[in-house]
Amino acid sequence: MRLALIRRDRASRRAMVLAPVLAFGLSILASLALFAVLGKSPGLALYALLLEPFLTWYNFSEVLLKMAPLLLIAQGLAIGFRANVFNIGAEGQLVMGAIGASAFPVFFPEATSGLMLPAMLLTGAASGMVWAGIAALFRTRFNANEILVTLMLTLISVQVLNYLLLGPWKDPKGFNFPQSVRFPDAALLPILLPGTRVTIALLFALAASGLAHVLMRHRFSGFQLLVAGLAPRAASYAGFSARRAIWVSLLLGGLAAGLAGAAEVAGPLGQLQRSVSTGYGYSAIIVAYLGGLNPIGIVVSAFVMAAISIGGDNAMVTADLPVAAVWVFQGLLLTFYLCGLTFIRHRVVLERAKPRARP
Amino acid sequence: MTVPQPPLLSLQAVSKRYGAVKANSGIDLAVDSGSIHAILGENGAGKSTLMKLIYGVETPDEGRILWKGQPVTLSSPADARRLGIGMVFQHFSLFETLSVVQNIALIVPGSQKALAARIRALGAEFGLTVDPEAMVHTLSVGERQRVEIIRCLLLNPELLILDEPTSVLPPQSVLRLFHTLRALQAKGMAILFISHKLEEIKALCDTATILRGGQVTGRLTPRDHSAAALATLMIGRAMPPPMPATTHARGEARLQLSGLTYRNDDPFGVSLSDLSLTVHSGEIVGIAGISGNGQQELAALISGEIGQPPSQRDTIRLNGQPVGHAGVAARRRMGFAFVPEERLGRGAVPDMSLGDNALLTAHGRGLVTKGFISRQAERHFSTDCIARFDVRTPGPEAEAGALSGGNLQKFIMGREIMLDPGMLLVAQPTWGVDIGAATDIRQRLIEMRNAGAAILVISEELEELFQICDRLHVLHKGALSPSLPVATTTVEQVGAHMIGAGAAVPVTA
Amino acid sequence: MNAVDFILAGMLAAATPMLLAALGELVVERSGVLNLGLEGIMALGASLGFIVAHGTQNHALGFAAAAGGGVAISLIFAVVVLGFAANQVAAGLAIGILGTGLSSLFGKAYESRTIDGLPKLALPLLSDLPVVGPTLFTQDIVVWLTLLVAVALWAALNHSRLGLIIRAVGENPHAARAIGFRVLRVRCAAIAFGGAMAGIAGAYASTVYTPLWADGMIAGRGWIALALVVFGTWAAGRIVFGALLFGALSLGELTTQAAGVNIPSQVLACVPYVVTILMLAAISSNRRRMRLNTIASLGQPFSR
Repeated sequence: MRLALIRRDRASRRAMVLAPVLAFGLSILASLALFAVLGKSPGLALYALLLEPFLTWYNFSEVLLKMAPLLLIAQGLAIGFRANVFNIGAEGQLVMGAIGASAFPVFFPEATSGLMLPAMLLTGAASGMVWAGIAALFRTRFNANEILVTLMLTLISVQVLNYLLLGPWKDPKGFNFPQSVRFPDAALLPILLPGTRVTIALLFALAASGLAHVLMRHRFSGFQLLVAGLAPRAASYAGFSARRAIWVSLLLGGLAAGLAGAAEVAGPLGQLQRSVSTGYGYSAIIVAYLGGLNPIGIVVSAFVMAAISIGGDNAMVTADLPVAAVWVFQGLLLTFYLCGLTFIRHRVVLERAKPRARP
Repeated sequence: MTVPQPPLLSLQAVSKRYGAVKANSGIDLAVDSGSIHAILGENGAGKSTLMKLIYGVETPDEGRILWKGQPVTLSSPADARRLGIGMVFQHFSLFETLSVVQNIALIVPGSQKALAARIRALGAEFGLTVDPEAMVHTLSVGERQRVEIIRCLLLNPELLILDEPTSVLPPQSVLRLFHTLRALQAKGMAILFISHKLEEIKALCDTATILRGGQVTGRLTPRDHSAAALATLMIGRAMPPPMPATTHARGEARLQLSGLTYRNDDPFGVSLSDLSLTVHSGEIVGIAGISGNGQQELAALISGEIGQPPSQRDTIRLNGQPVGHAGVAARRRMGFAFVPEERLGRGAVPDMSLGDNALLTAHGRGLVTKGFISRQAERHFSTDCIARFDVRTPGPEAEAGALSGGNLQKFIMGREIMLDPGMLLVAQPTWGVDIGAATDIRQRLIEMRNAGAAILVISEELEELFQICDRLHVLHKGALSPSLPVATTTVEQVGAHMIGAGAAVPVTA
Repeated sequence: MNAVDFILAGMLAAATPMLLAALGELVVERSGVLNLGLEGIMALGASLGFIVAHGTQNHALGFAAAAGGGVAISLIFAVVVLGFAANQVAAGLAIGILGTGLSSLFGKAYESRTIDGLPKLALPLLSDLPVVGPTLFTQDIVVWLTLLVAVALWAALNHSRLGLIIRAVGENPHAARAIGFRVLRVRCAAIAFGGAMAGIAGAYASTVYTPLWADGMIAGRGWIALALVVFGTWAAGRIVFGALLFGALSLGELTTQAAGVNIPSQVLACVPYVVTILMLAAISSNRRRMRLNTIASLGQPFSR
């Protein structure tokens, strides 16, 4: 028996909606089976992962808090993915954004200026762009694969963070913990929902989603990126610059991730610390794909992934599951979704091995 | 009187469908040992599918295949080879990064050393010389065909299938191939010769089976019938009459290449040396030659897809302006348009609608304002293109990948013509296109010329170039022949240039 | 032990995890498939290998379990990219994340436990050489087997029919199908082989080289292995050379500290990553060479 793919005449909208839903259901089943094998209670895990995030206002606000960086980064990455530019180093761009933004409060810990926050956000975004720009430079100038370069740059950025936190930027009054001084109020983002930790970063992320939608749906420059991704030689034939597509993709991805990093240190963290790198940059890759690389779909998938992430934190307590359970779930989710994606353009038929069909 | 023997191969009511398309339906075919049997049909008639069924690449949905009278199931090409069937593919099944002997070792048993000796011996016997140690990417198209044939012959087949073998050969080499095939026939081998070229079939084949729309429309002895009769069976009506040769007043030079030289970094590509040509307003100039002699590089240099350093700016001029260093977009703004040989993936994006595919090059025609795409203008342009150029499709929402080759070519051609270019470059305008669409496309080109456009056509089909061009050049190993006026040039003269022996034949200018 | 002896003695073992994974990936890529999940498959192999070797006190069983786990998870990858013709980059990332998650999940109870490594074998004759003999040529059995695999792969890819078929499928799957090779089957086998190799690579890191289990212990070696395949321009010999270079580099941190040179450890930790980027640029910028060696269908889904 074998799988045979038969191309549909046109993309199926039903499959587009069904693919993520089915992938989600299958991932839940598969993870529960796995947890059961490991001797954890599937019922408790299910409760913790899927229900707890919505049972209290606090938990729900934490979902929104996590959603902001995921959404922001995923919008940036998705633009590149559609242009076949695979920036998988958003984590590093986020770390560099956090570092760039932290420079101001670290050097001016007593500052009260209203310019502090805008300066931090700008520097954070710029730092992320520079970090991603290195990959763009290496790709356009030396033809070096951006997947590997952005990944290596992420590994480097974590060392930069360690160096700063263990050395020059360590808070002298911080009991030798690897973290910077606490930021002054002028360096903190305003809270969006009173009584929660949700900052206006969520608004940045939603605004970015709107802009991404306009770019990819209505702007000619977005169309050029789509062509570069779908048929690179058609882009070259039409005179759309491949270099430009690479630069735009990486710089937008770096900008979004850098801004997200700045918003983390200026938001829930309130200082630069190692936990700024908790894998948002990697999760955002999954968010981007799960949203069908579509700006509107990504809003939904970012919300879902944020909820799962909060659910995973709860599951550590409620169901005695390690944090890694969330990674397993996310890996399964993307795996199933990629299979489901095939149904959009193809009918999948299981053929019996009669004499022989097609390989 | 001898006892009638069953044919070597026979097909009985064989059918094959792909999705909704019935590529072959109810095909009956009988091939005798020691005969050269033609399968004649135009593009899309189902010839290639039929061959794939016989070679075991595909399995039929209905009907049966008999080998020496016994029903057989061919579930893979290995099965077919075991029976004694060999196949030479039109777009070769060779691997460029492997050597000749490695390519052969893929399916012929034996050590590479022993195979190399056999390759040399066989080459000497049938006039198929080739260096066994050469890497395939360094070989010419003709040499690659020899490797394919040798690979088949080393397995001692009783039936050899050749799919459009002459499309990659200059006229002289065609005669050499026929010589080889007759020698094989004399040894008792049966040959299935697939072609759409009537004269070749009349010259070579003992029997012909004619296909149209996936069905058999005739079985005959080609020598006994006129080309016109064969054509009628092939396309279902009389061959369209050749277009009246008209001369036309030519105007100013639109495209000038002067001493264009390009050193190709791509080890699989061709370098060009010192090319010069001029295309004037109101004329069609052809570039003849076998593909793989620099056609792709030449087209990409003229279109700007291959960029040149500023020092080379004067080697290409559009409307008198130096553009050798300019990008694709800049050249298009100067009234240049281009229909490339690859339709899917280059001339059009397969997964995008025809509307979006119009946007690809027609964005300057009011389809984009202030950076925003006007969907209304896009729909208007593409609907207009579909109507004016008779593109058979449900509408502008259809994805380019769902169109047939001929319809997509008409769309791309229409899109470029609607840009109203002063200079149009067309590469292989009728590759894989049925005769009706091909006639249509050629007619459009002539109309454009008469309206004053300058047109450069790159084509493998000599017949086509002789039909529509005013002058032509031959491209061979990256070098151009002098300009040959079509009215006073013979096919033989062009053929001589195609093998680099142009000087040997006097050219009447 | 001076720095040179230290590096000579250690670089082969340090190179082995990366080399094993890279050799497996070489076969996968030669067949036209890009498996970016190496890091996660290695992690899974490391945890499974450690758990089994720890439980049974038998390294061979540990390697077998790691290879089995590597094959299992890469067969999931194969179903996604071959059966469903999905985007290989995304599928590789998904498998990488899945493998990393599973490794932490399985390994949690074993955090920071240690086991004994493998004894070193001195190669006869070669280990009697002055200077390099006692250091370079005295290694554990897996190191020697890995080098043997490298030689075998070189021979297979250039001289065996199977190797030629893998290369043919990678260069032009449509032509390979036309002459009767089952493209997806060849690719599936290649993916499984690559998975087994990556699993073994991880187990070597956790049961022989370190030898302990710690979450995140693969630390980018899977990604460096991917880069090694590019540095080596898809040739086994050059990949061995690249792996040795990285093996030596990864020891640099320890040696410079031992030598008392005052460089922040983070800077030294970055050296392999920076070198990866620079080497990648140096190799890739030679477009002619890349074109001659790159696998033409790499990363492109194949369907009929």
